[in-house]
Amino acid sequence: MITEVPLAAYLILAAMLFSIGIGAFLIKRNIISIFMSIELMLNAVNLTFVAFAHSRHAVSGQIFVFFVMVVAAAEAAVGLAIIIAIFRSRRTLATDQINLLNN
Amino acid sequence: MQLAIFIIFAALALAGALNLLFQRHPINSALSLVVVMLSLAVLYWSLGAEFLAAAQVIVYSGAVMVLFVFVIMLLNAGEEERTTGSRMAYIAGIPGAVAVFALLSYVFLRESTTIGNVHLSSAPAGAVSNIAEISQVLFTKLLLPFEVTSVLILVAILGAVVLARKEGSQ
Repeated sequence: MITEVPLAAYLILAAMLFSIGIGAFLIKRNIISIFMSIELMLNAVNLTFVAFAHSRHAVSGQIFVFFVMVVAAAEAAVGLAIIIAIFRSRRTLATDQINLLNN
Repeated sequence: MQLAIFIIFAALALAGALNLLFQRHPINSALSLVVVMLSLAVLYWSLGAEFLAAAQVIVYSGAVMVLFVFVIMLLNAGEEERTTGSRMAYIAGIPGAVAVFALLSYVFLRESTTIGNVHLSSAPAGAVSNIAEISQVLFTKLLLPFEVTSVLILVAILGAVVLARKEGSQ
């Protein structure tokens, strides 16, 4: 029975999640869903960091992921506050209708 | 064992991500993102990063996603209406995403022998536990960045409060 997984499998999984994140970011019309696909891309990159940290036996990759998590938490708080502010003034979450700078 | 864990949770993560992509209602997307994050936590653990697995569950699927669900609930976000959207997103974006994936997997597969395999019990020789190792580096070499992140979080909290405050209420 095979008990080892090639590290490339983890990296390819991360690449798949990242590409799905890109696709969701482009296709979604709801601003909250767009924000969630950004979080998905951040998570995919974190998986790459952890996989390489494992293969190089270095702990610094894991510390980098820790800092990414901290910054992502701060970013989520500010981003959701901005979404609330936009909803207050525009009464919509559809990105098609948020075109203040366009007219 | 390692292979079974990887296959199960990689499939779960992919299914969650695809569900995020195809669901129209943001609350369904949010809940499938929680599935993705939890299965990523298990994958972190299988890569020997116990601390990050715990932090992933607590910070991401605990705090961040609860925030998302609260905002969806607060704004009463409904199903997104099907608009034509931008043609560019479909014409250039989807092939672009596929191209990114193809390029990355080509590089990873070509270098597959160099980057090696993952064993469940391949902790570096003489290593203390993962948390002790991380905190040793974090509180000696990286103490200043660690303290600066606390200022960052403070600024983010203040910014969030100011942004989400009702207009006119001084």
